[in-house]
Amino acid sequence: MTALAAMLVRDMRIAVRVGGGALMGVLFFLVVAAMVPFALGPDLALLKRIGPAILWLAALLASLLALDRLFAADQEDGSLDLILMGRAPLELVVAIKGVAHWLTTGLPLVVAAPLIGLFLNLDGPAEAALVLTLLVGTPALTFIGLIGAAIAVTLRRGGLLVAVLVLPLTVPVLIFGVAAANAVSSGPVPFGTPFTILCALTLASLVVGPFAAAAALRQEME
Amino acid sequence: MRLTASNLACRRGGREVFAGVSFSVASGELLAIRGRNGAGKSSLLRMVVGLVRVADGQLALEAGDPELAIGEQAHYLGHQDALKPSLSVRENLQFWADFLGTGAAAIGEPLARVGLETLADLPAAYLSAGQRRRLSIARLLVVTRPIWLLDEPLSALDAVAQQSLTEFMRGHLAAGGVILAATHGALGLPAAREVWLGQASSPRVEEGWGGGSEGGATTPAPAPRLATPTPSPSGKGEEP
Repeated sequence: MTALAAMLVRDMRIAVRVGGGALMGVLFFLVVAAMVPFALGPDLALLKRIGPAILWLAALLASLLALDRLFAADQEDGSLDLILMGRAPLELVVAIKGVAHWLTTGLPLVVAAPLIGLFLNLDGPAEAALVLTLLVGTPALTFIGLIGAAIAVTLRRGGLLVAVLVLPLTVPVLIFGVAAANAVSSGPVPFGTPFTILCALTLASLVVGPFAAAAALRQEME
Repeated sequence: MRLTASNLACRRGGREVFAGVSFSVASGELLAIRGRNGAGKSSLLRMVVGLVRVADGQLALEAGDPELAIGEQAHYLGHQDALKPSLSVRENLQFWADFLGTGAAAIGEPLARVGLETLADLPAAYLSAGQRRRLSIARLLVVTRPIWLLDEPLSALDAVAQQSLTEFMRGHLAAGGVILAATHGALGLPAAREVWLGQASSPRVEEGWGGGSEGGATTPAPAPRLATPTPSPSGKGEEP
């Protein structure tokens, strides 16, 4: 197995075992989104209108949940030293860790979203649009989050700091994700316009995130 | 292969940890790094592999692989064991074999050599401190790298494990490897060279738990010289 494949398998194994963060994210997502109808009451039109926004917010918070442990756990047990000494380029290693994180926390959100969509009175096309935007948009959340996770790596209890650093950067993703999801059911804009910008944001974050996170890690290990 | 350091200085958190440290260690030689707590033994090791910035001075590796940094040709056995508690003994070792190594390395034999083959499927969370240490040591056996940097390698090990680590070190030296070990105690084999780290940057008085312990890097004992000016290394290796 190559170094990068080994890293992918290891991170996914850790995430799905006891103490890993994989199920936490999706449970949090389900709980938050399921509480909303109880708080707002049975106003079906209102739920339908704000449903995509609620689901996107819940997905955003859920994907930040396990993020602060992404590098901090490796830093605490000394693995990060050896990762930095490895022959695999740090940028690629960071990107692979992002992929593993998305596969174990982002992808389950996408899979669970249709179920919660039922709670919020979303119909077929709206659900499909929502799932598609989440599928395209959640990788951007993870890869932007990599930067915050790398910056907070040496801090104890860096979780809140990661959220404070990362949330403002995710605002564009949130805007265009919700706009695209709403476009199908209510919006005056066609679905394609915000969705294309969402794709562009994700592609840009896939490139920028690993480089910025690797630079931050190198700086911190000083 | 020869690893040469000249006039290394280390600053951490604005404080000078050591300065003017020079040594030179060749294939088949063991360099013992000694000094009091806080003298910078661990920092020196981490500096060699590139985990701490070289504040001043030079590090060079002759006859190594010019394509790779020193850290990429070295094993670092630090205070932390770099093990994941939720992964089994075998999975932990296999990961480092795949990540650090180049090809498919067999991990069965190294596991047996450190005496953990019967525990291969146990999650690392259930290992004792000494067993965790032995699993880290298996990493050195599974992937071949010419330079070993060992930080207090004998800590937490029982007598048998200490003896087998000494055997591994002897084997590595016999195969032409280089070992740098930071330690307070005996390593079980003679150190070809020694470097002493003091706490200030003027030469150190020899017997020194007491007050006057300052010093860059000088050799106290009959051991061969370290602070000797080494021929200026050419080209390869890290620039500060």
